[in-house]
Order: sequence, then C-alpha cells, then structure tokens
Amino acid sequence: MSDAPSSPRPIDLIALITAARRSGEISKLVEAVPYASFLGISVVRIDGELLGHLRFGDHLIGNPLLPALHGGVIGALLESTAIFQLMWETEAIVLPKTITLTVDYLRSGRPVDTFARGILTRQGRRVANVRVEAWQEDRSRPIAVASAHFLIETPETPEDR
Amino acid sequence: MTEDLPGRVEQLSDLNRRFEQVVPHNRALGLRLLALDDARATFLLPYDLRLVGNPETGVLHGGAISAAMDAACGTAVFQALPRPMIIATLDLRIDYHKPATPGRDVTFRCHCYKVTRSVAFVRGVAYHDDEADPIASGTGSFMLGTRARARAPGTEP
Repeated sequence: MSDAPSSPRPIDLIALITAARRSGEISKLVEAVPYASFLGISVVRIDGELLGHLRFGDHLIGNPLLPALHGGVIGALLESTAIFQLMWETEAIVLPKTITLTVDYLRSGRPVDTFARGILTRQGRRVANVRVEAWQEDRSRPIAVASAHFLIETPETPEDR
Repeated sequence: MTEDLPGRVEQLSDLNRRFEQVVPHNRALGLRLLALDDARATFLLPYDLRLVGNPETGVLHGGAISAAMDAACGTAVFQALPRPMIIATLDLRIDYHKPATPGRDVTFRCHCYKVTRSVAFVRGVAYHDDEADPIASGTGSFMLGTRARARAPGTEP
C-alpha cells in the first residue's frame, strides 16, 4: 500500500448516514468503509430484506487444503451485517460500537459467495442486541451464527429505561 | 526456549514464512508472527488503511481485530497440541474494550490453556503497548482432529 495516503480521507459520516437513510441506498454507506471493500462485503436488498453479501475472493481463504474461508472473515461478515442492520433500523447517528461478538462456527465456509442476515433482537437507549446468521447456497444450512451487543447513540428515546 | 537460539530463530522465520504462504487471508491482513512459545503465540497486525472500519476516525474495523484474534488463537492451539492435527474454530467471543488508536499496530497474544481429547480452549488479548490496557480480548474453543477431506469444486461437503 505504498500509494495509500498516510491518513484516512475525512468523511462526514453523519451526512452519509442521513443521505443513505433518505435515499434508501445503504450501499453508499458500505462503500465508505474501507474494510468492507477490502473483504468484498456489500449490502443487497432481496425481497425487502437487507442482506450482507461477501463476494468470494482467494484472499479470504483460511485453509487452502479444504479449501475453506478464514473464520475471521466469516466473523467480519457477521459483524458488518449486524452493524448495517442496526444503522438501517435504528436512528443511530454515529457508527455503532461493538461491545461483544460471539460467533458459533457450524460448518466450514466453502470458497463461494456468502450471505448474512441480521435481526435486531432488542434496542435500548444505549445498547442494542443483534443476532446474525450466515449461509452460502442453502439458507437452511447456516455456516455460522453470531450474537452481538452494540453501544449505540440515538436521539432521545424517553420511553426507554 | 532454551538452547540453540539461532536455530530457534531460523525455525521461527521458517514457520512465519510457511504461515504467511499457507493462509492467504493472514497474508492479506498483513499478520506477522512475533513469537511462539509453549501453548502461546504472539502476532502483530500492522496498521493498514484497508482495514479501517470508521472512515471518519481511521479506527480499525472490529472484523479485522477478530480475524487476527482467530488466527492468533488457532496458532496458540497448534503450539499446545501433542502432535500436529487439523483444527477448526468452534466458537470465538470477542470483547471490545476500546478503539485501536489510528495509525498504530496491534499486538495479539494468545494462550491455549486447556487441551482435551476433542477440544482446545484459548484466551487472547489485543493491545498496543500494555497487555493490561487491552483493545480487545477473546475467548475461543477449537475442535481437534477434524477431517480434512479435500473437496472437489462444486461438490457438497
């Protein structure tokens, strides 16, 4: 990365979030996250659902013998999808901060595209809980599931405890 | 960790090369092996703009931290095994304590503290300078002796 700038390009994240919410196009927001581009993660909307999509690439391999995706890559897809879902569903005005992320690996990830879907299980004033599932060709055979807690900042929600 | 230091260093750099060659994603992350001990592994994740999660601040993405933690924990398991065998991550929990400082490398130090017949248990910590002031900590379990059947492309596992 010799040609990379020495500091990140300044970006007005709040403006980006607001614009994404207004236009219904979260992909602009995702494209602004360097790590998502590095892995090949994008967001797709299929039948009204927001799905994280990890395009397969050779740099994602953790076990070249099988071959299988790197566990950390699957974890990153799950975490990113949870964050996108949160940004989409809540009135978050800053990027949610991950507090804990627990990933259960159910099957090895094959060298193909992977999808993930996050469900916001609870949103409080400061903390949100999201469950995420990742699969490849067959949605009924998840390769990993995760549960995560996030610190969020939303405009005042007085009914919350 | 006793005799023959040059031999040990040679062995380590050999392992490091193999580690980088064998695991494409570790190479993509830029992970570097710093030290191997009995049941322990230490890695360095150099700061890289491609791994940034918040473009406004330049803070590394949590996913990059967990990917490096996964790799470092797996290596600690290898260091604890009585003989080489295939392992697979069963679960991994990451607790994020504070954001990594933009521009700074992150060290990962993992310890496989228990090995049973089928499962190994690992703890790890990610930090800049001081292990007592961590960026993140991780707890994982790995299945041992999983089958390594090579798959033909396009076939079901």
